[in-house]
Amino acid sequence: MNLRKLAIAASVSAIGLSAALVSPAATAAEEQFFPVLAYRTGAYAPNGAPWANGFVDYMKLANVRGGVNGVKMIWEECETAYATDRGVECYERLKAKHGGATAVQPLSTGITFALTEKAPVDKIPVITAGYGRSESQNGAVFGWNFPLVGTYWSGADVLVQHIAKKEGGFDKLKGKKIALVYHDSPYGKEPIALLQERGKMHGFDVSLLPVAHPGVEQKATWLQIRQNKPDYVFLWGWGVMNSTAIKEAQATGYPREKMYGVWWSGAEPDVKDVGEGAKGYSALAMQHGAEPNSKVIKEVLASLHAKGQGTGPKEEVGQVLYMRGLISAMVQTEAVRVAQGRYGKGKRITGEQMRWGLENLNLDQKTLDALGFAGVMRPVHTTCIDHMGSGFARIHTWDGKKWNFSSDWYEADQKVLRPMVMLASAKYASEKKITPRTPEDCKK
Amino acid sequence: MFYRENGQFKTTYQSDQQIFAIPQDRWAILAIIAFAFIGIPLLVDEYLFRAILIPFLILSLAALGVNILVGYCGQITLGAGASMAVGAYAAYNFLIRVDGMPALAAILLGGIVAAAAGIVFGAPSLRVRGLYLAVATLAAQFFWDWAFLRIKWFTNNASSGSVSVADINLLGWTISSPTDKYLFCLGILVVFSLAAKNLVRGAIGRQWMAIRDMDVAATVIGIRPMYAKLSAFAVSSFYLGVAGALWGFVHLGSWEPAAFSIDRSFQLLFMVIIGGMGAIAGSFFGAAFIVVLPIFLNQMLALVGGWFGVEVSIALVSHIEIMVFGALIVFFLIVEPHGIARLWSTGREKLRLWPFPH
Repeated sequence: MNLRKLAIAASVSAIGLSAALVSPAATAAEEQFFPVLAYRTGAYAPNGAPWANGFVDYMKLANVRGGVNGVKMIWEECETAYATDRGVECYERLKAKHGGATAVQPLSTGITFALTEKAPVDKIPVITAGYGRSESQNGAVFGWNFPLVGTYWSGADVLVQHIAKKEGGFDKLKGKKIALVYHDSPYGKEPIALLQERGKMHGFDVSLLPVAHPGVEQKATWLQIRQNKPDYVFLWGWGVMNSTAIKEAQATGYPREKMYGVWWSGAEPDVKDVGEGAKGYSALAMQHGAEPNSKVIKEVLASLHAKGQGTGPKEEVGQVLYMRGLISAMVQTEAVRVAQGRYGKGKRITGEQMRWGLENLNLDQKTLDALGFAGVMRPVHTTCIDHMGSGFARIHTWDGKKWNFSSDWYEADQKVLRPMVMLASAKYASEKKITPRTPEDCKK
Repeated sequence: MFYRENGQFKTTYQSDQQIFAIPQDRWAILAIIAFAFIGIPLLVDEYLFRAILIPFLILSLAALGVNILVGYCGQITLGAGASMAVGAYAAYNFLIRVDGMPALAAILLGGIVAAAAGIVFGAPSLRVRGLYLAVATLAAQFFWDWAFLRIKWFTNNASSGSVSVADINLLGWTISSPTDKYLFCLGILVVFSLAAKNLVRGAIGRQWMAIRDMDVAATVIGIRPMYAKLSAFAVSSFYLGVAGALWGFVHLGSWEPAAFSIDRSFQLLFMVIIGGMGAIAGSFFGAAFIVVLPIFLNQMLALVGGWFGVEVSIALVSHIEIMVFGALIVFFLIVEPHGIARLWSTGREKLRLWPFPH
C-alpha cells in the first residue's frame, strides 16, 4: 500500500514537475518577424526617418496591447539609404532571420521593382502602401505585391478630379496646361501614363519636367515653368527635392495655390524650412494627414513615449510621414490577425499564410475605431484580385504652420484605372511568362 | 619555400610561354577555379550567393572590361556604366523582338552592340587624351542615360522606363536558383578572363600597352593608333556590355536606367584604380574591395557593438562604414599606388626568394 502511494505520489509530482518545466516554453510567446528596410542617412533621410519611427512604434504598441492573440512582433532594421542595391542586400540579409520574414515594406519604388522579382520565389509578400508599381494592384498577375490603400495612378486620378472640381467640371479642363515636375526614377514616372490617359479624355495638355536625383538642381525646370505658365503644377518629389521645388516656386513667383504634390510631397519636412513661403501649397493626403489628436497617437504617447520607449523625437509623433509608417505597420499587423483566424490563433504564420491574410483584409469602420484610427482613414477591403483595397484620398493644404484638410473625400475612378491596370499587368505577365491566377487558385 | 623553382626546367617554347609559367601558380589557380565551381556551391548559403557572390562576379567582369581600356590601353573612360546599359537594353530588345532568341545569344549580341557603340564614342580618343578624354567619354554616359530614359522604343513603351525579363533558359537548363545563377556567371567570367589574359599577352595587347606607355613612340615603330585605340574601346565595351546584360538578366531581373548611372561608371573606375591598373587580377581585387568590403564593415560594426552590449543605431553604423571605407581607400593608395594587385605580386616575388633574400 505504501509502495503504491509512493508510486502515485512520485508519478503525480513528476507530471507536475514536467508540466512546470514545460509550461514556460509552451506559453513563451510566439514571435512574428518583420524586416525594416529604413533609411536614416542620405538625401532622403528627413522623409525616411519619420516613416521608420512610426512603423516601429506601431509594432511596439501592438506588443504593449498584447500582440496578435499573444504573438509578439519582432523586427530588425537595416539601412538602405534609398539605394536599390543596398536595399536588395538588406532584404537578402534579413529574409531568413528569426524563422523567416513575414512581409517586407521597402519604402522605395526602386527597391520594390527589384523585390517584385524575388517575392514569388521566396514567398514573402511585398507591401507597398502608397507606392510601388501601380499595375501591381492586379493580384492575379502580381500575386505577392500589395499596394495597399493607394497607388500612384489612383493618386494622380484624384488630383485630376480635384482640379476638375475646382474648375467646375471635367469639360472645363479642355486646353488647360498641367506640368508634372517629377523625380526622374520609376517613382516619378509612375503617374505619367495616367495623366496622359486623362489628358486625352479631357483635352488637357501634360508637360513633363524631370528632375535628376537627388533633386537640388531645379533652376532650369522652374525657368521652363515661368516661360510656359502652366495652369497647374503637379509635384512628384521625395526628400530634398520637395522643399527645393517649393523654394524655386517662391523664387520664380509661381503661385503655391496652383501646386499640388503627391502624398510623398506633402509632409512637414517638405515645407517646414520654407514656412510661410509654402503657404497655400496643397498635396494629396493618402487618406490620413497629420493626426496629432487621433486616439492611436495619444495611446502611442502615453504607453511608449511617456515611458521613454518611443522611437525618434516626440515632437514628430503624429506628423504626416510618421502616420504613414504607423498605418503601414497597422495594416500588416491586422493581416497577421486575419491569417491567424484561418491558420490558428496564437500561432506564428508563414509568408504564404500572410499573403492570404493580406488578400482577405477587411478593415471596417468598427475595427478602425477600435484600433484608434477613427477619422484617420476609411475602411480597407482587399480581395485576391484587388490588392489595393481602397482608392480614397483627400487634399490637405499647408497654412504656414500645419497641414489642414481642404477637400472632401475623392475616390479614384476605377473605370479609368482598371483598363490601364489590366493592360500593364498583362504586358508584365507576358514578359515574365506568368500565368495569371484564376478564382480557383485564389481559394487555396 | 612554396615557390622553390629549383629543378623546374622549361624544355620547350610552349612551356616557357604558358599563362602561368610556374607550376605552383598553375596548380593554385586551377585549385581556386575548382573550388569556385565545386566547393562554394556546397558551402555557401543563399544570402552570400545573391547579395555578395553574384554581384561580385558580374562587376569583376565589368572591371575587367574597364581594365583593358584604362589599365592596358591608357584611355581613361567615364562611360563604363553607359556601355553596360547599352549591353543590357540591347540584349533585352533582341530577346523580346526576335522570336525564339536564346538568352545567351541575346546577351552576347548585347555585348556586340555595346562594342559598336563603344567604337563610336571612343572616336574622340584619336584626337584628345588623358583627362580631356575622360570628359569626352562622359558624353557617352549622358547620351545613353538620356536615350534609355526618354526613347520609349528601347524600353518597349514601359510606363515607368523599367523593363523585366524571365529566367534564362540555356539548352534546357533553367537558370533560376541562386546556385544556377552563380555557376552561369562564374562560367562566363572564367571564359572571359582567360580570353582577356590571352589578348593582353598577344600582339594586340602589346600594341595597347605601347600606346599606353608612349603613343608617339608606338606610332614610330609602326603601330596604328587608330586601330589599337578603337580595338581597345571595342573589346572593353564588349566585356562591359556582356556584364551589363548579366547584371540585368541574372542579378536584377528587372531594371531601370538608374542601375547603370554615372555612379556605376565611377565605381568601376575606382575598382580598377584600387585593384591595380594593367593587371587582370587587379579587376578581381578591386571588385571585391568595392562590393564586399562595405557590406562586411556594415555587418561587423553592428556585431562589434553587440559584443560590448551597445545597441548601435543603423544610421551610426552606416556613417562609420563610409568613414572607414574612405580611410581604407586612402590607406591603400598611399601604401601601394599601383593597386592591390601590385601588393600581391610584390608579396609573391618575396615568397620566391624566402627564406634567403639577397
